[in-house]
Amino acid sequence: MTLAKTPLHSLHLELGAKMVPFAGYDMPVQYPLGVMKEHLHTREKAGLFDVSHMGQILLRGADAAAALESLVPVDILDLPQGMQRYALFTDDNGGILDDLMVANLGDDTLFLVVNAACKEQDLAHLQQRISARCEIESLFDARALLALQGPKAVDVLARLAPEVAGMTFMQFRRVQLLGVDCFVSRSGYTGEDGFEISVPVENAEALARALLAEEEVQPIGLGARDSLRLEAGLCLYGHDMSTATSPIEASLLWAMSKPRRADGARAGGFPGAERIFAQQRDGAPNKRVGLLPQERVPVREGAEIVDAEGQVIGQVSSGGFGPSLGAPVAMGYVQSSHAAIDTPVWAMVRGKRVPMRVARTPFVAQRYYRG
Amino acid sequence: MSELRFTVDHEWLRLDSDGLVTVGITAFAQDALGDVVFVQLPELQAYEAGAEVAVLESVKAASNIVMPLAGEVVEINPELEASPERVNEQPLEGGWFFRFRPSDVDAVAGLLDQAAYDRLLKANAEA
Repeated sequence: MTLAKTPLHSLHLELGAKMVPFAGYDMPVQYPLGVMKEHLHTREKAGLFDVSHMGQILLRGADAAAALESLVPVDILDLPQGMQRYALFTDDNGGILDDLMVANLGDDTLFLVVNAACKEQDLAHLQQRISARCEIESLFDARALLALQGPKAVDVLARLAPEVAGMTFMQFRRVQLLGVDCFVSRSGYTGEDGFEISVPVENAEALARALLAEEEVQPIGLGARDSLRLEAGLCLYGHDMSTATSPIEASLLWAMSKPRRADGARAGGFPGAERIFAQQRDGAPNKRVGLLPQERVPVREGAEIVDAEGQVIGQVSSGGFGPSLGAPVAMGYVQSSHAAIDTPVWAMVRGKRVPMRVARTPFVAQRYYRG
Repeated sequence: MSELRFTVDHEWLRLDSDGLVTVGITAFAQDALGDVVFVQLPELQAYEAGAEVAVLESVKAASNIVMPLAGEVVEINPELEASPERVNEQPLEGGWFFRFRPSDVDAVAGLLDQAAYDRLLKANAEA
């Protein structure tokens, strides 16, 4: 299969990136700086990520918000104009089809960002379930997506558009950058303050070059993107959640808006609601938890988790080394009886038991700008 | 003999004056692996050639280090436990993994010399 390329592909090569296949795209996993330094640079200054492989979709129409509510356990009707919200597509069994961001652009228009590996399936899902109720426009080939993340991101972007400095976490607005109409949200996937910028593909490289020309900014690859999001306790779809896990099992109850929960004003009405509500009431057999290995060895995805007697009680869903923490970090699913904070559990790594502790996430404090 | 020898697995070996062989990975290998965050070193015991004796964990993934020749591991680099980044910073010096007594000391000379290893890297780069 031929790998797809983002509009920044030649720039990545020029910057000396190591490229790897990811979700059907040829993507930069790291630049010459290396994963560790890229990670630390993002937490200290600002990192630029090409996330153009992700799917951007517009929904239009007076009924678009209500239609989308039929697919997600999230309050979309009352999502204010100029705000973005985290959401989950659930399936009829209460599993998670994908996670996404939904922004209200005003004028009965919603802007969605979905995962690269799921985008065709998500688009088909929207078309199949709600195309009679609203207009669905794929921006897959029209828009690139850049993330500028880190404590200096605001200083950098404000040089191009001073108004972004006044935005707070999860705010969303149209912004002119280098004379081009972009969508900017104050959000990201690193736990740091920062922005995600949707830009027409033909203007993406010029914008990326302008941002990289600022002294605080380094290009950051998928390797550091993964270690940053893991330290921030953020889930990666297909690893930390999937159709096999409900929002309750994935410890994402917080992402289910109060009005859509069992006791809410608009309870249910999304796929799998009954099963999800039953789990919320009766408890789920397994839960996603944060895990801190107590030795230096990284514990990676797929490692079995055992209890003191050696009985298998779960599996690691994401794991690696946290450069800011200076220690390995992981998350995984364990039987709910072992999900309490500070419960001692063990991971099997190359036949040896590595002690771990169930831990609160995020592992590194999130530093979102809330005004 | 202080001249380095190499394997196709990008390990280097140095036969020291005490008859022991020091083992590490090459600059090329550490660059390909990325930042090393953990090294699991071998036990002090005899291993067959090709045995998986150590594990390098980079930020990205785990890789196996194999025993380049049959022999008995007699010493491991104590610095790597606290400072695994030595493998990246000084792959040919402070980043060594272990020292072993080869079952057949003459086998060391049969491995790739610097010129042959450089040709291997060049061929890999062109492949």
